[in-house]
Amino acid sequence: MNERRYSKEHEWIRVEGDTGTVGITDYAQGQLGDVVYVELPDPGKKVARGAQAAVVESVKAASEVYSPVGGEVTAVNTDLAGNPALVNESAEDRGWFFKLTIADRADLAALMDEPAYKKFIAELS
Amino acid sequence: MAMNREGRGATAPAETATDAMAPAATFSGHRGLQYDEPLIFEQGQPGRMGVDLPEPRPVAARLGGLGRAQPIDLPGLAEPQVVRHFVRLSQKNYAIDANLYPLGSCTMKHNPRLNEKVARLPGFADIHPLQPLQTVQGALGVIDEVARWIKLLTGMPAVAMSPGAGAHGELCGLMAIRAALIARGDPRKRVLVPDSAHGTNPATAALCAYEVDAVPSNARGRIDLAAFKQKLGSDVAAVMLTNPNTCGLFEDEILEVADAIHAAGGFFYCDGANFNALVGRVRPGDLGIDTMHINLHKTFSTPHGGGGPGAGPVVFSAALAPYAPLPYVVHGSQGFTLVEHDGGPSFGRMKAFHGQMGMFVRALAYMKSHGGDGLRQVAEDAVLAANYILARMADVLPPTYPAPCMHEVLFDDRDLKDTGVTTLDLAKALIDEGYHPMTVYFPLIVHGAMLVEPTETESKASLDLFIGTLRSLVARARAGEAQAFHAAPRLAPTRRLDETRAARQPILRWTPPPPKQAAE
Repeated sequence: MNERRYSKEHEWIRVEGDTGTVGITDYAQGQLGDVVYVELPDPGKKVARGAQAAVVESVKAASEVYSPVGGEVTAVNTDLAGNPALVNESAEDRGWFFKLTIADRADLAALMDEPAYKKFIAELS
Repeated sequence: MAMNREGRGATAPAETATDAMAPAATFSGHRGLQYDEPLIFEQGQPGRMGVDLPEPRPVAARLGGLGRAQPIDLPGLAEPQVVRHFVRLSQKNYAIDANLYPLGSCTMKHNPRLNEKVARLPGFADIHPLQPLQTVQGALGVIDEVARWIKLLTGMPAVAMSPGAGAHGELCGLMAIRAALIARGDPRKRVLVPDSAHGTNPATAALCAYEVDAVPSNARGRIDLAAFKQKLGSDVAAVMLTNPNTCGLFEDEILEVADAIHAAGGFFYCDGANFNALVGRVRPGDLGIDTMHINLHKTFSTPHGGGGPGAGPVVFSAALAPYAPLPYVVHGSQGFTLVEHDGGPSFGRMKAFHGQMGMFVRALAYMKSHGGDGLRQVAEDAVLAANYILARMADVLPPTYPAPCMHEVLFDDRDLKDTGVTTLDLAKALIDEGYHPMTVYFPLIVHGAMLVEPTETESKASLDLFIGTLRSLVARARAGEAQAFHAAPRLAPTRRLDETRAARQPILRWTPPPPKQAAE
């Protein structure tokens, strides 16, 4: 079971069992421009749904990244420390931010699936 | 994520062979009177020296083996090299003394020379904060008089003179709020900050260990009052609001904001960065504000940066006054004295001494040379100048929010959308026209923001030349000259920088070239 959901704040989450992998969408990286720094949470940190979990800094500004679901951070993408450009190159795959155990799967229901997200961003521009 | 959708491209374009406007290469590397100046370390030669010093006498080592074993690698330079280096660097400087400086939210206005003359009087310039008070009565009198002017102009009962400018003033205000809340046994957790705020506002709240809660702006560029009220609660310590705000707009529901935060038991911090638009016209004390910092380098014309340290006196309402920092000046039968301990609930000190004396003198010179009516005209002319730019640009670059604006006018990149020219490109092209760019990509809530603050000290002729320049750039963008914009600046000491590489791989330290090259 491998499903991907999207938030209105342009995070994606890939769900595998009880684990979610979170990153920012390709649309988001395109809007941000060149990413120069990513601040990630410490593994073990508990994050609430919609709470700030990471910070992404581009040449324009620093932006907060919210956790699309509540849970406990289990791993972070250490590759981003030395190579933040991964977020631009591969936002929805190798540029993932962190993994967490999903506390309540009901949180996922509030998120969009891919067609809904594509429609959402089409309306933004 | 909270995303800024400014759409800024930051990668430097490759220079093309068809770069027709690129200046011709010169043998010397200089471009006319723009000198190509290497780092001072690159100019150094071992053994060269500007002074002739005798060899030091050998002394017994008393550093326990901690003495430096290697040379400290200062560059070897002759005096004329040093002089030329720093003169050439100084000539690359852009300053309000050279041209209009439209940097929005910064208030780059003329620093009157009278201020400088008075600040250099030995009785102000050559004193020390540890001198006996009876020898510095005049200086204490100046601090007291500036304090009285500020209290009068703000309509607030108390002022702390010691904080440095801007963020230090914010910190002072929030520390007083925190002290007041702790004193009443009600330490709260959240501080509400509009999403258009200066970045220092949330940073200040975070430094005071508060949770920052962003309040959205409405379609009119002001704080969304309904959203603000919804966020209020018994855990809200304060709201931090800038007025006029960073969109250059008067927060016209500020009285409702004040009433609501007070009804919820919180305090009202106003960021006074833009007080220059209100001075003499509006008293913050009448708006329900509890505390606000005043940047002397904005409203009261003291120099920005380089010219001297900042001073940011902070005013307080009666509710917060007891918690204000020490020291303060009082006048009694013995003349002026400084109260450094009063046994009250003050949260402490912001600085070791009493504040930036030189800035107090300059600010007082400005206040007294303008008088009350003159200061009122400062605000009026600042607002008039910004609205003149707005009106003259409106047909080619409409303002983001409908007129009128206050002391600065906000544009955005909507009307450049299909030209291939971004806000950044326009800013870089302004450099070739001899102007420091306006503030770009701030406030963050506006796409491709361009914030222009002309200040009251520009003549109409100066404003007209700037407007004409801006109009011509917009016309060139519309005419399909995007490529020329992408290559700008052409005439500056350095061309377009690769901002991404500068941020990802900054080179922060000069390292000597490898030995082979050095031996050549």
